[in-house]
Amino acid sequence: MKAAPFDYLAPGSIEEACALLAEAGGGASVLAGGQTLMPLLALRMSQPFILVDINNIAALRGVSRIAGGTRIGPATRQCDGLADAVLAEHLPVLVRALSHVGHYQTRNRGTIGGSIALGEPAAEMPATAVALGAVIEITSVRGVRRVEAADFYLGPYMTVLESDELVTGIEYPDWPPGHVILFREVAQRPGDFALVGLVGALVVEGARITRAGLAWFGMGPTPVKMRQAEAAILGQSADALDVNGLAALAIADTAPFDDHHASAEYRRTVGRRMFTRILREALGRQEAA
Amino acid sequence: MSKHEIEVTINGRRFAGAVESRVTLSDFLRGEAGYTGVHVGCEHGVCGACTVIVNGKAVRSCLMLAVQVQGAEVTTVEGLAAPDGTLHPAQQALRDEHGLQCGFCTPGVLMTMAAMTAGEQKPDEEALLAALSGHICRCTGYQGIRRAARKLAAGEGA
Repeated sequence: MKAAPFDYLAPGSIEEACALLAEAGGGASVLAGGQTLMPLLALRMSQPFILVDINNIAALRGVSRIAGGTRIGPATRQCDGLADAVLAEHLPVLVRALSHVGHYQTRNRGTIGGSIALGEPAAEMPATAVALGAVIEITSVRGVRRVEAADFYLGPYMTVLESDELVTGIEYPDWPPGHVILFREVAQRPGDFALVGLVGALVVEGARITRAGLAWFGMGPTPVKMRQAEAAILGQSADALDVNGLAALAIADTAPFDDHHASAEYRRTVGRRMFTRILREALGRQEAA
Repeated sequence: MSKHEIEVTINGRRFAGAVESRVTLSDFLRGEAGYTGVHVGCEHGVCGACTVIVNGKAVRSCLMLAVQVQGAEVTTVEGLAAPDGTLHPAQQALRDEHGLQCGFCTPGVLMTMAAMTAGEQKPDEEALLAALSGHICRCTGYQGIRRAARKLAAGEGA
């Protein structure tokens, strides 16, 4: 249970980090908080030749307001995100989701961008980025490109990131004050990865739903954007939602699998129930018997 | 494989040495620096036994590299009690409430409790109990640990 040998480099700037990644030709891993990567190294599921530690790069840390949204530096620690006043005001869904990421001890070290870049399908941060419509800024020696979070994930721990690329920012569009927050997860113990999780936001104007961002985690090989349910819910009256119909659409977009924690059928059953309950609760309706 | 010179303050004492890049903080603290109170359980961040305080924050020392604590202040369980042997409030609370049996998980539990009750910070009972979910104990059934945590949160540990 010891990591295979590797070289360790701790660049002080984004340019330097990108140059090192390009030079490594695919043999390097980026070390941010290390709360997912270090176990992968210890178990030798990952054996990079070079570890590029980005913890000394100040430009990758912090939260800032940008035109029409909020930008989070990927190396911002999860504990700092939880205590951040800007996030509390503008991205309450993200703060809520953050409180479920790992444990107190791992949030003290783990980063928001690390979780997003690794792409564990049952993790909270990737699904939150997908639900809220975040854009991921990716930098390499070849330049900067921006990818919608919904297009970023390809499979478990597989993303569109090339081996020479680094996530250098995550930009979340603004959701208006008073938007409805949706977050729920079912896990075997606090801090475990979710068996089933749901995260999202709704905007209700004049009793009608005018904007929706909804995603599942733990319900497929990647975070799952509920495209059908999002489209169907728009324009519906918040007081007379066809919650069961929407839940069926939401489940239709998922591709859960059987593993030793739960069966796919269990995940679909819990997900359907979770969806109807959370929508009724969030929109202030009584739970149907 | 690279070697790195590091200088770190452990329990108030400076320690300098060369570490191989792949050595974890937990192995470094035990093997190089001699602080064997850092218990290594699962070695992949699940059990919480290796928890130490780095620059004021409780972290899992198996999920950090030794080279990353260059210039940092590290506290292990050996740094909790006063020099005259007076126990830290968290240690006293665990002792009073029978919060340990075999003691393997205890150093980690203590470092979380110590970090959350340090300084002016008044620990919130709910937050303290939630933070304990980051530790696995196979002996106590957790109730003694939870009683100790409630006592600390109520400020009765000292």
